Amino acid sequence: MRNMRMSLAPRRAVAALAAVLLAGSVAACGNSDTGASGGGDDKIVLGFSQVGAESGWRTANTNSIKEAAAEAGIELKFDDAQQKQENQIKAIRNYIQQKVDVIGFSPVVESGWDTVLKEAKDAGIPVILTDRAVDSADKSLYKTFLGSDFVKEGRLSGEWLVENSKDATGDVNIVELQGTTGSAPANDRKKGFAEAIAADPKLKVIASQSGDFTRAGGKQVMEQFLKAHPKIDVLFAHNDDMGLGALEAITAAGKEPGKDITIITIDAVKDGMQALADGKFNFIAECSPLLGPQLMELAKKVHAGEEVPPRIETEETTFTQEQAKAALPDRKY
Amino acid sequence: MNERFKTALSHRLFWPVAVLVVMLAANTIYRPGFLAVEVNNGHLYGTPIDILRLSAPLILVALGMTLVISTGGIDLSVGSICAISGAIACLHISQAADQNNPVTVFTALAMALGAALALGAWNGVLVSVIGIQPIIATLILMVAGRGLAQLVTEGQIITINSGPYRAIGLGHFLTLPLAIFIALGAALLVAALTRRTALGMIIESVGGNREASRLAGIRSGRMVFLVYVVSAVCAAIAGFMMTANVSSADGNNAGLWVELDAILAVVIGGTSLAGGRFYLSGTILGALIIQTLTTTVYAMNISPQTALLFKAVVVIAVCLIQAPAFRARLARRRRGNPPPSAPTPQRQKEEVTA
Repeated sequence: MRNMRMSLAPRRAVAALAAVLLAGSVAACGNSDTGASGGGDDKIVLGFSQVGAESGWRTANTNSIKEAAAEAGIELKFDDAQQKQENQIKAIRNYIQQKVDVIGFSPVVESGWDTVLKEAKDAGIPVILTDRAVDSADKSLYKTFLGSDFVKEGRLSGEWLVENSKDATGDVNIVELQGTTGSAPANDRKKGFAEAIAADPKLKVIASQSGDFTRAGGKQVMEQFLKAHPKIDVLFAHNDDMGLGALEAITAAGKEPGKDITIITIDAVKDGMQALADGKFNFIAECSPLLGPQLMELAKKVHAGEEVPPRIETEETTFTQEQAKAALPDRKY
Repeated sequence: MNERFKTALSHRLFWPVAVLVVMLAANTIYRPGFLAVEVNNGHLYGTPIDILRLSAPLILVALGMTLVISTGGIDLSVGSICAISGAIACLHISQAADQNNPVTVFTALAMALGAALALGAWNGVLVSVIGIQPIIATLILMVAGRGLAQLVTEGQIITINSGPYRAIGLGHFLTLPLAIFIALGAALLVAALTRRTALGMIIESVGGNREASRLAGIRSGRMVFLVYVVSAVCAAIAGFMMTANVSSADGNNAGLWVELDAILAVVIGGTSLAGGRFYLSGTILGALIIQTLTTTVYAMNISPQTALLFKAVVVIAVCLIQAPAFRARLARRRRGNPPPSAPTPQRQKEEVTA
């Protein structure tokens, strides 16, 4: 009896596990089928595959696309890939089978899209990339890439600093908190910032480290910067979260953020905007997730067969402390 | 004198301590003020204090991991449990009307600890009752747990503004960070329970040979179940520290990869991955070495591109220098006459001496 139980137990466990996995995949399929009724009528059908819901930024991005689709009268089939490429490829193939009019997606990774994009092209369905690019050599596989220009965000931050340190005498010491090493936003923002501050030889980056785009990372690195360098004038963080983490380190060191140390960040998420309005940050270059309206406009254009430029930038702005106070009440994310 | 030096040299903690001292010395040469500690706002302030405070969560996670590894298992889910417990606690506090109310904070901690107990029990049941291999069993929660944490936070970063909760990560007691005392307290508790009673030896014997231990009258399954629960609770407390440190819960990043750091700390501390004997003091030292290494990268401003390589080289060096087999081979080569068939010291499962 005992032996039998022992041998049955693992099998039962495997069955249970399989059941759980099956339920998961059924639920995932359910996700992509919302909206039903394929193309056919005169309403444009847009199939969109989102990366996932990994941050507040991404959630705002998703909401913007859903709202804009409803407003523009476009039927949206939305799929959440949960940060997995295979889910995204599956979703795109589904859209091809359902013969949607336009496919949009935010690629999880840069490579490995050629086959599925070719399938879409053969089916005559135009593809629009949003937010992130793919590295396909054949540029005819997609119509356009709609997203932020990270280099420009870095450059805008640098230009603001150059403008605001015109009257400074002596060196202006800058420390930089980089994003995840090797990621496109980290590389490009660093590059743009460096290009802009090259205009003024007083501006010197004395230390630059990766804070992995997280609050904990930003804080830990800033703690060491503050101890290693007695005179820090400016902090440039590649996103709001690292800047927010650094705030705590600066306060603990007995300095006042925003006054003793000028803080420049990128993104403009709600917590960051709050810090800017409170006078703890000095400047934020926006990296907007609200590209829904632009995406819908593009979908209509490519569906009508109009030519669109291969690279379109998201409409973005920058914020000073006063602008943040004005913009904060109706900030969506 | 020479004799005493030899005894010190053969002590199992000699090499980890030596590595730590070398790292601190290198830092001091690079920047003489590295070890300086000053009083700021009535608290001690300086890099050594930072290292101690930041290593507190890792020490906690590694303590639980030591016990799990000692039974011959491994717990990959601790990072996810950190994220889940931090997320539950922060969510409850963020929804409260008065975030500074100690009752609210206490309820939040109790809820999160309860969840951690359940998750630990889940791991324990999978390994000890159902008999799934530990690496697979805990992998389930490692992957699914991240999703669970994001479900709790709804994919957002939950920012809180609670004095009492913040104190877990940043509070001070006797001019030192509270986190250090929490980690130290947990370490002393685990040490007292395992070394002042037979519990430690029972755990080691289960790791040495589970079936033999069972035949000797030890309820092996129950011991295995227990260590996973303890590991989850340690991870939950570490999760509180991590989230309190930045007053926000990030389901995606809190405790990310901490399981690997914890396993490394255990290994540096001298506990064999095959199970058997465990060394709590070694584990704590291992955690301190890992945190010092991270801080060194920032303090010396080693570029992020080379930082990972730098860390890898140091870790490989530490592991090699720790291994008796490697040291023996090195010593023979220095003497110049390698004996053809010297027995290499085997170190698979360490025997338990009663």
